Amino acid sequence: MGKQHYQITVNGEPQDVLAEPRELLIHTLREQLRITGPHIGCETSHCGACTVDIDGRSVKSCTVFTAQVAGKEITTVEGLGSPDAMHPLQEAFREHHGLQCGYCTPGMITRAYRLLQENPSPTEEEVRFGMAGNLCRCTGYQNIVKAILAAAAEMNASKEAAE
Amino acid sequence: MIPARFDYHRPGDIAAALAILGEHGDEARVIAGGHSLIPMMKLRMADLGHLVDLQDIAELRGIVVEGGTVRLGAMVTQAELIASAELARAAPLVREAALQIADPQVRYCGTVGGNVANGDPGNDMPGLMQCLGATFHLAGPGGERSVAARDYYEAAYMTAREDDEILTAISFAVPAGGYAYEKQKRKIGDYATAACAALVTMEGGRCTAASIAMTNLSDVPVWSEAAGAALVGTNCDAEAVSAAVEAAKADIDPTEDNRGPVDFKRHVAGVMIRRAIERAVSRA
Repeated sequence: MGKQHYQITVNGEPQDVLAEPRELLIHTLREQLRITGPHIGCETSHCGACTVDIDGRSVKSCTVFTAQVAGKEITTVEGLGSPDAMHPLQEAFREHHGLQCGYCTPGMITRAYRLLQENPSPTEEEVRFGMAGNLCRCTGYQNIVKAILAAAAEMNASKEAAE
Repeated sequence: MIPARFDYHRPGDIAAALAILGEHGDEARVIAGGHSLIPMMKLRMADLGHLVDLQDIAELRGIVVEGGTVRLGAMVTQAELIASAELARAAPLVREAALQIADPQVRYCGTVGGNVANGDPGNDMPGLMQCLGATFHLAGPGGERSVAARDYYEAAYMTAREDDEILTAISFAVPAGGYAYEKQKRKIGDYATAACAALVTMEGGRCTAASIAMTNLSDVPVWSEAAGAALVGTNCDAEAVSAAVEAAKADIDPTEDNRGPVDFKRHVAGVMIRRAIERAVSRA
């Protein structure tokens, strides 16, 4: 089976990609669509740097074929905010120094986004449990946890203000 | 890491999936969540010509608790097991074990069917299903058949499932009594160094039924009939629990690997078995 057409939606934009069935989603995103927020860390389903959101689930995009996600909606860190309009999580990671080298950060933020969608007011323990699929070799996690808790508070406050 | 080439199929029902398996024989493999198979394909340790994706088959989904029986569709994910309030009421042991599998991302994809079907001794659900006395439902070219979980595992990655069969569902009686799943692992995402599932029923201070099973302590999951028997009829005091732990340890056969030498694994197994039994008793 040669290359096939697969329709996927990435950050709200429909995309038609031509890929072999063996192409992993991370490669379609980075090499075909030039969406380079999701990083390749370990390539062995451990580190979470390649985490993207697929139809409301956090998924390691190094461990899914593009063929499997045909017809699905994918959100990467690029879809959450921009330098001019950062997502509260991005702002909180900056504010609380939730990163050092930054390599794990897109995966951290994309995973934290889904965690807060499912549990808008997590405890510290719930944040640590919910972020267990994302590894960071710099920070010792303390400031990542702090940033996610701060973002949760900020998001809840602006939601209340809007109501 | 890029897998070798394959043809991709996404059938819409079990009959269509079986037809593809029938056509391509052992060249074809089904894929559920893919979090065991895709890493093996990337390492080129799994070699297949046809990948049969089960995600569109509605018959393989759903959690049903009815008439004292729990039925889990093979494609139910670990995350769905954890999120189901109905399952948490009927069989909280399953949720407790699912929460200890891998990490959040993997649990969104990993399925209960994939976890029990492939025969990886490190997987947690096979041991759990021994404890529950579950039944696995298989569909093949000749129709459907059922295999007891306790008869399913033959050796590492060798099971009673034929190449042209698909594991479609798992069923078990709603368990009674106290429960626990205790797992020792080196880090989040790791397989168990040792793990133990326990179900204990107490009536009037006496144990009337007990089921003890273990994960990653042999090349197949281990159900220790002797450990259960050591508890039944006792009040599950320290002496009875110690006897059950020794009986369970007599049934395991761990091998040395990067999780430690055999003596260490036997020691950790003893700790996990004791904790699982004591916690199950405390909840009974």
